[in-house]
Amino acid sequence: MTVRTYGEINARIRSGKVVVLTAEEAIALVAEKGLARAAAEVDVVTTGTFGPMCSSGAYFNFGHSRPRIRMQKCWLNGVPAYAGLAAVDAYLGATELREDDPANSSYPGRFLYGGGHVIEDLVAGRPVHLKAVSYGTDCYPRRDIDTYLTLDDLNEAVLFNPRNGYQNYNCAVNLGERTIYTYMGVLKPRLGNAHYSTSGQLSPLLKDPAFRTIGMGTRIFLGGGVGYVAWQGTQHFPGVHRDAAGNEYGPAGGTLAVIGDLKQMSPRWLLGTSFTGYGATLTVGLGVPIPVLDEEVLRAATATDAELYAQIVDYSDAYPDRRPENLGFVSYADLKSGRITIQGREVPTAPVSSLPRAREIAGILKDWIQKGDFTLTEPAFTLPDRTVRVRTLEERTREQCEGRER
Amino acid sequence: MAPRKIVLRFNAANVDQPIIYRLARDYDLVFNILKARVTPQLEGTVVMELTGERYQEGLDYLKEQGVAVQPLSQEVVQNRERCTSCGACTAICPTAALHVVRPAMLVEFDQDKCVLCQLCVSACPVRAMEVQF
Repeated sequence: MTVRTYGEINARIRSGKVVVLTAEEAIALVAEKGLARAAAEVDVVTTGTFGPMCSSGAYFNFGHSRPRIRMQKCWLNGVPAYAGLAAVDAYLGATELREDDPANSSYPGRFLYGGGHVIEDLVAGRPVHLKAVSYGTDCYPRRDIDTYLTLDDLNEAVLFNPRNGYQNYNCAVNLGERTIYTYMGVLKPRLGNAHYSTSGQLSPLLKDPAFRTIGMGTRIFLGGGVGYVAWQGTQHFPGVHRDAAGNEYGPAGGTLAVIGDLKQMSPRWLLGTSFTGYGATLTVGLGVPIPVLDEEVLRAATATDAELYAQIVDYSDAYPDRRPENLGFVSYADLKSGRITIQGREVPTAPVSSLPRAREIAGILKDWIQKGDFTLTEPAFTLPDRTVRVRTLEERTREQCEGRER
Repeated sequence: MAPRKIVLRFNAANVDQPIIYRLARDYDLVFNILKARVTPQLEGTVVMELTGERYQEGLDYLKEQGVAVQPLSQEVVQNRERCTSCGACTAICPTAALHVVRPAMLVEFDQDKCVLCQLCVSACPVRAMEVQF
């Protein structure tokens, strides 16, 4: 039941005739004209999300100093980057902290500067301090270097995020008696607030829940530049939320690994971020185009906030203790209204990812495609659409480990 | 007249006197305490809004009682360049000075409602809420 192919869509992009709508605009069109007529008209639906994504980072090649150094350890603005690679390559993780950061020793810590902030400084064009040490070899005699550089000075700077763009995420609450500080923000005691973190009906993986179109090589908006889906993300656990009675509550936990040239990106879409009491991270702008290959793709891409649900999870006890229980499901329409009801109590809601920025990303991506600058790629393979097995980390001895069935 | 935000500093001699009560009763002023820290028999600091016809008389009374009065020079500001309108501050703010405007979902800051608790300063993930003096 193909309506159009990637080739046909790209021909329309090149001829300037392509019809692109953001997911929100597409929802309105389907409501007005019905699915079949909308699918006949619309070639591409754009999505967007802008939120903290901890499993992010960048790798660099610094170029060679004279004399040469084989960097063993290095620091960017005091934040350690992993240099266990070739001579002047390093990977900087978004959540890495300065070695002198007090972390949570004065609870709750502020985590004002980490790897995400270094990435923001680089894309903003600000000078960054590089320090590296080594043991010295015959071919790389130098033992230390201390210098300043900007993004332009690097041979390569590549954003490579192992887990971004969560398909869906928990609505976080606190059933405990004290304020808690989490990666979902500050949660007040006794159900004082409920925080959620997706753009809902604009969110990339909620709009292609069966991974019909998204896969390795999908060209995307990443951090203000052009990026690609590299692989499924870590903890890629696609599936469907169900309650105890077996009722379905929509897509669960797929993720993306993404890659792109940091030199194209902008500090408006890569922002150093600090969660008090939790840590430092990077807020990432991500947008994925969905080709309307058939009606079913459009049907999924136009699911509304009223049809998409988050599970409500207690972060005072159940989450830290890795218990799978939840306090029910709530629609994104209700979450976005500002108030929900949990256990008979009215609870104010707040997002931790920016919907205005998500809308802007979907709009920019639409613009790029309409202008003919951005064609769609057919993935080398689409991402797995089901979870075979979720593994947990258990404590065991070597003997217990050897004795297990594989 | 819009309420003015002022800082009162009490000393050991007057900290246990019912001075704010007299501002209301004798001078017919409306007060709204935003923040207070009082150490019995030592000193105290109160940040409040004060309004009413006899505002100046009330200030004169405070000076007579040895209470130092200063206009509030500290304020919380929203750095609009930095703010992404994520919303993480909005359920934390106790007075809804920070709030989401629907359906655009933009975060706006109504400084008149701010009570300077500064909870937003640490709750903001991109550190867009700043204290200025």
